[in-house]
This record gives sequence, C-alpha cells and structure tokens, in this order.
Amino acid sequence: MTIKEQQDNIIADFEVFGDWMEKYEYIIQLGKDLPLIDPKYKTDDNLIRGCQSKVWLHAEMQGDKLVFTADSDAVITKGLVGLVIQVLSHQTPKDIANADIYFIDAIGLTSHLSPTRSNGLLSMLKQIKLYAIGYQAKSIQQN
Amino acid sequence: METATAKNTIWPDVEKIRNEFPILQQSINGNPLVYLDNGATTQKPVQVIRAMQEYYTGYNSNVHRGVHTLSQKATSAYEAARHQVAAFIGAHHHEVVFTKGTTDAINLVAAGFRKEFLHEGDEVIISGMEHHSNIVPWQLACEEKKAHLKVIPVTDNGELDMNAYASMLGPRVKIVSVTWISNTLGTINPVKDIINMAHAAGIPVLLDAAQAIAHTPIKVHELNVDFLALSSHKVYGPTGIGILYGKESWLQKLPPYQGGGDMIKHVTFEKTTYAEPPLKFEAGTPAICEAIGFGAAVAYVTQLGIHKIQAYEHQLTEYAIAQLKTIPELRLIGEAKHRAGAISFLVGQHHPSDVGVLLDQQGIAVRTGHHCTQPLMDRFECPGTVRASLALYNTTADIDRLVEGVRKAVTLLG
Repeated sequence: MTIKEQQDNIIADFEVFGDWMEKYEYIIQLGKDLPLIDPKYKTDDNLIRGCQSKVWLHAEMQGDKLVFTADSDAVITKGLVGLVIQVLSHQTPKDIANADIYFIDAIGLTSHLSPTRSNGLLSMLKQIKLYAIGYQAKSIQQN
Repeated sequence: METATAKNTIWPDVEKIRNEFPILQQSINGNPLVYLDNGATTQKPVQVIRAMQEYYTGYNSNVHRGVHTLSQKATSAYEAARHQVAAFIGAHHHEVVFTKGTTDAINLVAAGFRKEFLHEGDEVIISGMEHHSNIVPWQLACEEKKAHLKVIPVTDNGELDMNAYASMLGPRVKIVSVTWISNTLGTINPVKDIINMAHAAGIPVLLDAAQAIAHTPIKVHELNVDFLALSSHKVYGPTGIGILYGKESWLQKLPPYQGGGDMIKHVTFEKTTYAEPPLKFEAGTPAICEAIGFGAAVAYVTQLGIHKIQAYEHQLTEYAIAQLKTIPELRLIGEAKHRAGAISFLVGQHHPSDVGVLLDQQGIAVRTGHHCTQPLMDRFECPGTVRASLALYNTTADIDRLVEGVRKAVTLLG
C-alpha cells in the first residue's frame, strides 16, 4: 500500500468517529495495544527529546524498504506515533523523503504537531525524513 | 463550598474583572476557555492593551534623544512607567533597570558577578527549586571562574531545607540567588529569613520574583534585598520586558552588561565613561511600548489592590486543592505550608502530557511538562507534572471545570 493509500485509509477510519472523545479513545487504545519497539533500541541515541514526552525511534533497511519502530512514554503520543509508523514504515527511502503528510491535519489532530517545544512528534516526522534522505543518499552512492 | 461563598465577600465583582480581559471571552475546542496557565503568562486587561495602542497610534517615538514633542511625550511615558513599577515594589525609580525580563535581569547580575566579584574557589548558592533561568547563568559564571554552585535541598513536601541553607553560608559565598515563589510547586519561600541569614554573613541576595509579582505585595526596601528580578508578562503586562531592582550601591558597583545607546556618558576611541544607573544598564533602544504597557499593568493591579488579590487567590487555591484532592488517583507535587496558586499534580500513572492534551480538548489550558525545572523533576522522580496556576480572574467555576476535566481524562486514559 502506498503512503497516500495508508493516509486515506486512516482518514476514512477517523470519519466514523462522532466527537473528539471517540477519536482520542481510539488513539489511546492504539497506544496501549502496540508494543512498537524492541527494548534494546530504547537508547539515548534513539531518543527524540521534547519538553513534554519522550519518543524513541529506530530505523533499519529490510530489502529496499525502510522499517521504523518507535515508542513513547505518553500513551496519546504513542498512539499517534503508531499512526505515523503505519503510514511511513515499509516504504522506500525515496517515497518517504518525498511524502506529503496530510492525514494528521485531516483527522483533526494538528495541535499535536504544532511546531512548539511541547511535543516530539514534529521532531519525529523530521527525523524519519532525515533517515530516509540518509538511506537514499547511501543507496545512490552504492549504485 | 464555604470557601467559594467566602470568596464572594472579597471579590464580589469577579465577572466585571473577567470582562476586562477580552481573551477570556472565547471558546476553545467548542468549550468556554478556562485559562489556568498563569504561571507561564497572564492575560492582559483592556487597560494595558489600550495604553500600548495609544503609544503606537498617538506618540510612537524614540526616548531620551529627541527634542520634538512626540519624543518628549514618549520619554515622559517611559520614565513614568519606571516610576510606577518602582512604586509598586517599594523602590526608588533610579534603582529600577528595564530588562528584557526576569531571565535577562538574572543574567545581568550573573555577568557582573562573573566579571568583578567571583573568583576561583568562591561559592554561589541557589536552591533546588530554581527555574532554569536562575540555574544556568550561575552555572556559566561558576564554570568560567572555577567557582562552586551550591544547591539548597528541597524537602519531600516541597520546602527549602533551611538548616542546610544555614550550614552552607560562609566566607566563600559571594551571592545567594533564590526564587521567592516556586513556579512548579507554588511554595512561598521564607525570603525574609533567607535575606537576613545571608546578610548576617555579609552575603548579598538576589530574589527571582517572577512568580511573586502578581500574587504578593513586594516592598524591596523593607525586605532589604539586594537584587530582585521580575517580568511584566507575569503581572498582566506585555512580554519582552521586565526589571532588575538593585540597591543603588550595587548598581554603582556592577559593571555594564552591554554597550551602546543610552548607557554612555562620553565616548572617545580611547575610553568610554558610563551613564549613572539605571541607564548604565539600558543599552540600545528600549522596549518603549512594552514599558508603557508594564506601567499600565501595575497601575491596574494597584487599583484593584495587591492585598485583596492575594487574599482572593489564597482562598481560590485552598478551594482548588480541596477539590482536586477528591480525585482518588491525584497526587500533589509540593505541599508546602505556605504556598501560592501554582498547583502541580500527577494523576495515577498517566503521563502529564496525556492529561494536558485531554484537558485542552475540553477548553482548559494548563501547563504540562517539567516547567523549566528539570532538577526539581528529578528530585520528585517524575517526568513532569500537570500544573494549574491561578490568577485574579479565575473563579471557583474554573476550578470545578478543571476537576471535572481531570476526571474525564482519567476515564479516557483508563
């Protein structure tokens, strides 16, 4: 599934929710249900520091796809991280680097990505793109 | 509900006051705004907004250097603001230096001490409940001069260990720099005792009054404090301006902080002589409009009465704590005997960020995180807290909304 298709699916999922409480209940459940990262990757090197919550992000190539795992100490952030991973993991570095991320706006959770020091999600998206650009550059060099 | 009833005898017309703050008349995420992030910044009354608008629409001009009417009018208003702020804290106007804010004021003193008064092996005392703004400038100074930063420990209920403080005072200590009211715990520190004990050992004291200025009467001469730093935006004024109060003798001794503009007396390429304080510390074009807004803000608070505000907020704080304690999973961080209305708490094992996000969805603005007091968070072994901080326009209805909002967040987080 492409990054666009993944996003459109999530947007469709969120359209069934009547109010913000249902949206957040879903995200909280997502956060609780998903063990996202191998504990050995919860290192300081993989930590994206925000003022509010911690996010750990690990990236590795599997074939020609970049695979992300992540975790957070805040359950809502973890749920959102889960959505981001669902969209961007198992995609090629080129597709990730060029991706237009619109689903967070579309599901009405833009405040979580405000460019403030208050959360690590924006930093995480930036970091994912940086990983993708890095792997893309490496692959061009190798070819 | 006794407290709520008693409140009305002190502040019968709180709705009238709320109407003077236009920003409060709005909805956030479909709910009427409950603003409980006053420790971070306070909202501005129309009196402040109008004063600033009048400056820009009527007499915008630079100060201290123009012979034309607008410049003279701007200079008068700027210096009148200095007098207003000085009167508000019981100082002489020439002891009040306009700065960018509390952080800038502390940095000014730390830079001066680093240059003139701090030497290898000396000591600086701060406390374990300081905001980063009252830690880092002293750390920088101590690192450069190979001096030692000593930290007054904080007890389990969030008070300073005064016995430990007493034992830290000695001939190597060059300054004590502590907060008056903790922005995280709400603790009101025994500043009179802190100053007297330091002075008995011949040590000057700087007070960070950022969290005190809107909530407690300040009389610097009665306190006999040497330096005091505060920000306008914590007391219903604009951002980007604050003051350093300094005893005249100290302001004379401190070296200039920055060069240029009004801080000079005479400049040649060989040598510059400096203006008298406070201008000695006000390099460049100052924040003129903000100073005028600051003056209007303290005039507003003066008109309402700081003692009355203090009494009202005290009752509101007691009400808030009593109501929050009815939530079984809630744990207060900081339970000092003498406290102000910055109330930090955790709910069960839930991350403060999660609680804050769910409160925001209900139109309730609180602060979550480490509140720029990371060492204090380490002391209480938590990643951060949820903090509700009160101001004169808050009501028991705001508190009820907060408590209801926390209950809903707990239900959602499971």
